Amino acid sequence: MPTLSRILVVIPVYNEAEKIAAVIDRVKGAATGADILVVNDGSRDATADLAAEAGAIVVSHLFNMGYGVTIQTGYKYARRHGYEFVVQIDGDGQHDPTYIPNLLEPLLSGTADFVLGSRFLGEESYTPSFTRRMGMALFRGIVTTIIGQPVSDCTSGYQAFNRQVTQFFCQDVFPVDYPDADVLVTLHRTGFRILELPVRMYASQGKSMHSGLKPIYYMFKMTLSILVTLLRSAELYKGDQ
Amino acid sequence: MPISQKIFALVVSLAIFLMALELVRKRRLREEYSLLWLATSLTMFVLVLKYDWLVALTSFIGAALPTTTLFIGSIVFLLLLAVQFSIKLSLFSDQIKNLVQENALLRADLDKLCLGDVVRTPDEQSR
Repeated sequence: MPTLSRILVVIPVYNEAEKIAAVIDRVKGAATGADILVVNDGSRDATADLAAEAGAIVVSHLFNMGYGVTIQTGYKYARRHGYEFVVQIDGDGQHDPTYIPNLLEPLLSGTADFVLGSRFLGEESYTPSFTRRMGMALFRGIVTTIIGQPVSDCTSGYQAFNRQVTQFFCQDVFPVDYPDADVLVTLHRTGFRILELPVRMYASQGKSMHSGLKPIYYMFKMTLSILVTLLRSAELYKGDQ
Repeated sequence: MPISQKIFALVVSLAIFLMALELVRKRRLREEYSLLWLATSLTMFVLVLKYDWLVALTSFIGAALPTTTLFIGSIVFLLLLAVQFSIKLSLFSDQIKNLVQENALLRADLDKLCLGDVVRTPDEQSR
């Protein structure tokens, strides 16, 4: 059975100087022995220094590249350094780290390849805005229909997965903007086992990546991405593993 | 087609063809990007010289005038050029992404080495 030293907790951050130290402390308390990697996406504040002081490994982009690129840098670090499992958690304190062991359990027992934390499966979490809930409901329906199993929170960034999924996510097929519902469809088409478990999420105090006109682009991008994923041959993804 | 129009079209297409050729010769334009310019200017040159071909093409696409056909051709050329640039931009975006990630990972390893830490992977640690 793998030890916790073979687990990497990836925390993507951009200008989170106020919260990052507290998030790292809470992750340390919840996942004792796991390595913590903070991927700094070109922050203009002291996020990187504070994360390093808090005891995390810090990898910094030269400039801001966006959420998808940032988490993929974390996956590439995990692949390069041979980690068995990756847990991904946001750096703004939105995700409650005490659920990390729960997410890891199915991976450690080998019953799932990819575990998704859901804010809608019983644990008390914040309620997203109405428009966001509408978008979530739409893609929840699409993803559930396509992959043939219920998925309640397909936009969740609170995830854990094994080495094979990490390897797969390091390929160029991984979407660099808004990697969520389309990633689930891609994982399903590639044959990975997906499991959803309850987690607690708090409302983010910072600026959402779904603010302004971005939801319109999000809807377009996600619909197109799911469509082309379905149009591609499944063999293409299997070849990427 | 009036002779003045014919001369103007021939001069323009010849100038574009020679300009693209010269840019490739000076290595200021790569061969892959010159293809559309050379092909379009050559096609325009031939269609102006072989006016009956232009008339046949005009009839085939249902245009009113041969000059309209040339105009439509130039729009199609610009569209193809824009698509070619979009494809290249997407490729460059992927390459920049990979470079930024590689740079970040190497810098992290280098920082560790400079601090005297040996970078050891979990695989190495378990050996």
